[in-house]
Amino acid sequence: MRTLLAVLAAALLATAALAEEQEIKLKAGPGLDKVEGNCNSCHSLDYIQMNSPFLNAAQWEAAVKKMIGPFGAPISEDDAKAITEYLKANYGS
Amino acid sequence: MTMTRRGMLKAAGAGAAFAGSGFAIPKALADALKLPAALSEGTRAEAVLDALPGKKPLIKLSYRPPNYETPIELLGGNGITSNDAFFVRYHLSDIPEVDAKTWKLKVGGDGANGTAELNLADLKRMPAAEVTAVCQCSGNRRGLFAPHVAGVEWGYGAMGCARWRGARLKDVLAKVGLKKEAIEIVLDGADGPIVQKTPDFVKSIPVAKALDENALVAYEMNGAPLPHFNGFPARIILPGWTGTYWVKHVTSINAVTKPFDGFWMKSAYRIPLNKFPTEVFASQSSDVNTPITGMVVNSLITSHPDGATVKAGSAATLSGLAWDAGDGIAKVELSSDGGASWKPATLGPDLGRFAFRPFSFTTPPLAAGPHKVSVRAENKKGQKQVTELILNPAGYHHNVVQTLILVAA
Repeated sequence: MRTLLAVLAAALLATAALAEEQEIKLKAGPGLDKVEGNCNSCHSLDYIQMNSPFLNAAQWEAAVKKMIGPFGAPISEDDAKAITEYLKANYGS
Repeated sequence: MTMTRRGMLKAAGAGAAFAGSGFAIPKALADALKLPAALSEGTRAEAVLDALPGKKPLIKLSYRPPNYETPIELLGGNGITSNDAFFVRYHLSDIPEVDAKTWKLKVGGDGANGTAELNLADLKRMPAAEVTAVCQCSGNRRGLFAPHVAGVEWGYGAMGCARWRGARLKDVLAKVGLKKEAIEIVLDGADGPIVQKTPDFVKSIPVAKALDENALVAYEMNGAPLPHFNGFPARIILPGWTGTYWVKHVTSINAVTKPFDGFWMKSAYRIPLNKFPTEVFASQSSDVNTPITGMVVNSLITSHPDGATVKAGSAATLSGLAWDAGDGIAKVELSSDGGASWKPATLGPDLGRFAFRPFSFTTPPLAAGPHKVSVRAENKKGQKQVTELILNPAGYHHNVVQTLILVAA
């Protein structure tokens, strides 16, 4: 609880932080490093939180494929697999 | 619950901290933003009030590219949304600050007789036209879809109405002259992708739409230069059609003789055929779908968020906005008894057929307890809002009759 209060207090003081992109901290889990290392170069990671938790496994898979296919994201096959697994496990329905 | 602006900012900042630290967002913080309860849990947790440079704090849905919606209380009760409260929507993250002195607009294409290059002074020297028009994101209210669909999970505020001033698009096209084979006009802006392989955001519109006298290349918004995040120094204004065609920071306008086949026309922003009463973009239609075009008739109560408290035993005065694709609003009706009976609202000033039409309504005295209040608009063509959501894969055209709860206490 002390941590929680500290976080809240810091946030209440941090009004000057407006207009800055805040770091998005996603849930810890295997594959998070691949998400941060790949997805974050083209878009902020709040897109992932925003689209949760309603996408099912197939839909997250399709989302990653869309980024690599039509959107041309240069993501290796191994990374894509890790990213998909991470999203399914942490932000899936 | 009423909060001061300062209080809301603090609450929003705290929300961001909670989101970042993995804590669940306390309900009170989400409530401070008045986020609709129908938004997904993830959206409610990550959305915060945040001010982009030159903007008031808006509801941030994504930082990069920036997607920020206008809180309903800032939409503009008089029918005009102020520039610093106008929503922001981008698809791609490379958004240059355009220098007005060096900005150039190239006009040409294989469907044109020649080419031209205009700078801002050239554009301003042309006969100026003004139109007051609603710019609404195709996916406004996507976040309210049940079941949810992927995308930017907008609530009610991905829209605004402004007085736009600029040169007519048809006059710009007249600088080069159109061949009779010209079929579409292709519009591109200065914003682009981070990765070169990502399709640039390029749109096309039918030639007839481009030649409509209301289509503009606008350099002013509510009497001031366009804000950076709304397309400085010039953007396309296509009254009646959804915001996707209102290309910002426009840098090229090309007439083409074949349907434009870019990703943002062929794969994105499409709706199933025969589901909506809107214009069909024939040269871009497939057997199953067609690009989204005009807006569907819609309305929104802006004076009270869902769950607002009003005084028991007293009448409540509600107000809001109604709009459509440019046929004009014929009537707005409200019900304060869960849809059992409907009474006409009083329409406010008519700012033109493409503009927000303000309305107001006074309820009968409300007994203590919750009251279901609904609003519905009808346009001059007799088109009405729907009572059941028309499902479509990308979550467009949400114009379900809005219902909110007022708690008399």
